[in-house]
Amino acid sequence: MIFSLAVYGAPFSCQASDSAYQFACALLEQGHRLHRVFFYHDGVYNGSTLATPPQDERNIPTSWSQLAEEHELDLVICVAAGLRRGMLDATEADRYEKPAHNLEQGFTLSGLGQLVEAAMISDRMITFGN
Amino acid sequence: MILHTVNRSPFDTNCLNDCLEMAAAGSSIILIEDGVYAALSKTQFTDQMLAALPKHNFYVLRPDLQARGIQDCIIDEIEAVDYSGFVTLCTELDKVVSWY
Amino acid sequence: MTETTEQPAVNPKKLLFLNRKAPYGSSLPREALDAVLMASAFGQQVTLVFLGDGVFQLKTQQDPSEIEMKNFSKTFAALELYGVSSIFVEQSSLQKRGLTLDQLLIPAKLIQSHELTELLEEQDQVMSF
Repeated sequence: MIFSLAVYGAPFSCQASDSAYQFACALLEQGHRLHRVFFYHDGVYNGSTLATPPQDERNIPTSWSQLAEEHELDLVICVAAGLRRGMLDATEADRYEKPAHNLEQGFTLSGLGQLVEAAMISDRMITFGN
Repeated sequence: MILHTVNRSPFDTNCLNDCLEMAAAGSSIILIEDGVYAALSKTQFTDQMLAALPKHNFYVLRPDLQARGIQDCIIDEIEAVDYSGFVTLCTELDKVVSWY
Repeated sequence: MTETTEQPAVNPKKLLFLNRKAPYGSSLPREALDAVLMASAFGQQVTLVFLGDGVFQLKTQQDPSEIEMKNFSKTFAALELYGVSSIFVEQSSLQKRGLTLDQLLIPAKLIQSHELTELLEEQDQVMSF
């Protein structure tokens, strides 16, 4: 079965990101396909490579990144919601003349159309909000 | 039928109420995150949950129960599942509606 | 910006957007509306439902100028341009909040909770905001 997940909660602030991550691991383990994880609203912070939790705590952006590499996942951060909240890749940092970019490996910035497309082609769309 | 997820405590928000009001008879409801507090057996919401039990299939996410130390305090008839069970429920039901 | 306007070649889906949050205190309502417009631009069968505090999104006379926020309610006018006409407000939510249909800024249909139950069942996906 084809799943997509929508994540609207900020990591380290509420449980939505953790729940989505655990759910993603479980569905992949069962052999289902994860078409896309779409990060919107405060969920965009899941893609910050600058997140620096203490070493004995889970690092949510890194966990997503590793899972994406293992399973070739499409981790999409809404570009409009991301830019507003300071989530930039190199291209956007250049475009807006910002001194830094902070997108974790494995994440991409793209439009809201990717959320709609995920809802259209997935058998199940699960929202993790806060 | 729908699988509803509720992730907020009934003591804090109206999520559970809204969900119970809109969920069709025979639909399934899984309590996750702070939603698991709705499964407690001796609260002001217990009667409401017991009344809803014949109408819906209730589940509660075990890792979230355990994290909160309430695994021994929940209504017996509510089935505890792990993430794998949560995924299976999603596949068995037609779609998922999140209440948060 | 890598905005995708290319539409995947699949049949239109019935997508219901369930709005339960009040405006301004959270940016979720504004972001939900953007998603609704996008879904409509993608040619999907979009239904918009306001439930609970979500009904406050539609209150007339919104003026956030003093809190220096954008008047989000003006975007609702775009729904008509995008052809979104399936807009419902849950009746008891409205009533409990002391509001009536004539205090709402767009024409919405009243829906009873049991009708909403049926409407949810008919959808391909329900997007909660």
